Amino acid sequence: MARSVTEIRQGLAAGEFSSVEITQDYLARIAQHNPALNCFISVTDDIALAQAREADAALARGEAGALTGVPLAHKDLFCTDGVKTSCGSRILDNFIAPYDATIIENFRRDGAVMLGKTNMDEFAMGSSNENSWYGSVANPWNTAHVPGGSSGGSAAAVAAGLAPGATGTDTGGSIRQPAALCGVTGIKPTYGRVSRYGMIAYGSSLDQGGPFACSAEDCALLLQTMSGFDRRDSTSAEQAVPDYCGALGKGIEGLKIGLPKEYFAEGLDDRIAAVIETAVAELRKLGAEIQDISLPNTGLSIPTYYVIAMAECSSNLSRFDGVRFGYRCENPVDLEDLYKRSRGEGFGAEVKRRIMIGTYALSAGYYDAYYLKAQQLRRMIKQDFQQAFDSVDLILGPTTPETAFKLGAKTDDPVSMYLQDIYTISLNLAGLPGMSLPAGFIDGLPVGMQLIGNYFDEAALLNAAHSYQQVSDWHLQTPEAFK
Amino acid sequence: MSEWESVIGLEIHAQLATRSKIFSGASTAFGAEPNTQACAVDLGLPGVLPVLNQEAVTMAIRFGVAIDAEIDHHSVFARKNYFYPDLPKGYQISQYELPIVGKGHVFISPAEGELKEVGITRAHLEEDAGKSIHDQFPEQSAIDLNRAGTPLLEIVSEPDMRSAKEAVAYARKIHSLVRYLEICDGNMQEGSFRCDANVSVRRKGEQKLGTRAELKNINSFRFLERAINIEIERQIDLIEDGGSVVQETRLYDSERDETRSMRSKEEANDYRYFPDPDLLPVAITDEDIERIRASLPELPEQKKKRYIDELGLSDYNAELLTANRDTASYFETALAEIPGQNAQLANWILGDLTGALNKANLEIGESPITPLMLAQLISRISDDTISGKMAKEVFEAMWQGDGSADDIIEARGLKQITDSGAIESLIDAVIAANPEQVEQYRAGKDKVLGFFVGQVMKQSQGKANPGQVNAILREKLKP
Repeated sequence: MARSVTEIRQGLAAGEFSSVEITQDYLARIAQHNPALNCFISVTDDIALAQAREADAALARGEAGALTGVPLAHKDLFCTDGVKTSCGSRILDNFIAPYDATIIENFRRDGAVMLGKTNMDEFAMGSSNENSWYGSVANPWNTAHVPGGSSGGSAAAVAAGLAPGATGTDTGGSIRQPAALCGVTGIKPTYGRVSRYGMIAYGSSLDQGGPFACSAEDCALLLQTMSGFDRRDSTSAEQAVPDYCGALGKGIEGLKIGLPKEYFAEGLDDRIAAVIETAVAELRKLGAEIQDISLPNTGLSIPTYYVIAMAECSSNLSRFDGVRFGYRCENPVDLEDLYKRSRGEGFGAEVKRRIMIGTYALSAGYYDAYYLKAQQLRRMIKQDFQQAFDSVDLILGPTTPETAFKLGAKTDDPVSMYLQDIYTISLNLAGLPGMSLPAGFIDGLPVGMQLIGNYFDEAALLNAAHSYQQVSDWHLQTPEAFK
Repeated sequence: MSEWESVIGLEIHAQLATRSKIFSGASTAFGAEPNTQACAVDLGLPGVLPVLNQEAVTMAIRFGVAIDAEIDHHSVFARKNYFYPDLPKGYQISQYELPIVGKGHVFISPAEGELKEVGITRAHLEEDAGKSIHDQFPEQSAIDLNRAGTPLLEIVSEPDMRSAKEAVAYARKIHSLVRYLEICDGNMQEGSFRCDANVSVRRKGEQKLGTRAELKNINSFRFLERAINIEIERQIDLIEDGGSVVQETRLYDSERDETRSMRSKEEANDYRYFPDPDLLPVAITDEDIERIRASLPELPEQKKKRYIDELGLSDYNAELLTANRDTASYFETALAEIPGQNAQLANWILGDLTGALNKANLEIGESPITPLMLAQLISRISDDTISGKMAKEVFEAMWQGDGSADDIIEARGLKQITDSGAIESLIDAVIAANPEQVEQYRAGKDKVLGFFVGQVMKQSQGKANPGQVNAILREKLKP
């Protein structure tokens, strides 16, 4: 039976079950359902059970940490010492990381158990999880549909109850969009809140790790462990982490919520608009003050994002060259052949497309027109939000313009795929925190509602989401096949 | 040659003497087993991030303050993208648009009495690459990443030099400066101090610069001079034969004494510089700069001025003594023992000692005669224990390792006879034995005095104090 992180903590504390028992339970669910869903690239049974035994011993000694004994899954771009870390790519299929990412260390410190590493779009590039060397992931609500991406494996695993919580990363929407499409709760914190050390980079100035779970309350618990300054990441914020769980339950009486008109404009599925309006009505009943706002540069966010993210990735992915680690082509005749074939054979089509576009954008003669221009637009997009936050506490809208689409529906149309991120991408450019939570269903597929907070105000986001989840039950729904 | 003018600018890479690397905690020590000083960050493993070593920033600012440069409060690291097996990340973290040190200048003295200002365009921080080794395994190249991530300060000069000699004087000046500042050990053999030279020629009077070639792989000042001169000749010959210089990188081969093409401009990389998103801009405050300025040691220019003004040394000697930190420190250590004997000490260091060092191909820091030993020798001259002539013999013996000046004087019985009674009796004997010469002297033939001095010195086996001998002889020979 699938449970929430909160329920597992309570059950372990009360001695209703042991960590080994609950871990075995999840491993059994993974063995049963993963073949159909393909959520996991690696299942780390031995590590999970060893950690669960340690957790039980710690519980018995009364030395439980915040997450002692709680099994979790990690996106396969967080380096895990001694465990394959593939980033969904052939080029890292043979890569056993020799160290732990900071967030992995944090989970270990707090006693969590690692079930395995989840599937993802190759190097986190994608919105459907169809760009993985390990094959696409199915959406647990309808296995003919995509789970979203790039953290599709983590979102689907939580939705199907193969893990009570999981980690993901979000560069343009890669936590919020799959959370929306799979009907789970996910939060992308402020840039700098969670260390990027050991998180394989896609777009370094945009990437941010965060959790998926069944509720805002569970997300608060997981984010607490993930957050904090890390001297190994120069871009991590040297700022105190508030008590996220303690911030829940304050209610939202008088909370000012802005609805950006650009998020309800053309391109949004009317049925999604209706779902969000219903949710807004609920929030108003809880005392929130709703007002219309404008984020005029929203339309520029996609081109801006794709220039910056691709420019950064074209450089970030240069280290995958077949020289020191990862895939190397057979019998290279010379150095150039080694580079060309190792990278040509090791990377998938979408990754190559982005490296080429990014390389072009940074080239002599084009830099000013593309990269520099994009940086200027990025500042304008950020200013939009800063102005909005002068009058509101939170911003609300849909997470995605449509529900989960069918597998294969957009694989030949990259631009249409990129448009899936229209509402999520500008937060990454601005560095703001955002989360997605379930707000309804259309044709049996979940609809996500996005909340956007001010810098380092994750507590306000989590509290608002929690308040909504106290009066709604969309987040408690489980797909029939995985009950 | 006379109708041509050469234009030279140098790019100097000084390896900063930090204990750990510029973006990781790995050691920078030279000579360890391959790949033992390369951590996850240096290897460019997936997921790792750079963290700036503040000490490298401080060292760069020390240099900036010393060359009177503009130091921006906001400095940015950029990625220079290119593929090479010893460049683990596929990009080098360097600086492009906002270097840490802006425009500055130094003065060089290419020949005695000449003084010339050389502009420094900028100096920026960057990480070194690893090393590719092509001769150890048949048909395979090996990579040693110990050096990867070592901090470098790249110092770019204006094209202000007009001859190889000036270029060498500039390179020596920078070399001296970084050692004074204790930011670089200056070891050219180990590659801690490397010079690339941009060389072009033009007809005298022409304003436009000629097409330049960049010379690489120069690991001594001698080769620097040689490489530039060869390149100047090559370019002039080429143009005079109706050809034209192409912009390219050329490698200096010291064994064949030639430069040869490495890659042309067409083959040059587009490095796609952009600000490194993994590193925050470096913020430097006025307080930081002032604190660093206050911590600087006395620099060569200041030292030279003090030597002239306070110690009364000649401009030339002061320049030579301060040209490198070790010579100045040798001088000052010895002078502390024999205050006031400034000129004598300077002459010994720049004369006999430098001669011996050059002959033995040793640096002053490796001298078998320590500053204290030299000071003792000089004090034995000034207190009349030995003569200047004897001192040369003692110096030679000290060089050979026979001990201190006092040991050698004692062991060889070189102590001067300064007892005037003993000298008088020697003189009396010589006068008595040479009545003829006495007559000649008294008849006005002054030159004969030399004969008497020689005889007395001979009788004393050279130990009689020549000054005393002279004085007493004159007295006794008076008619």
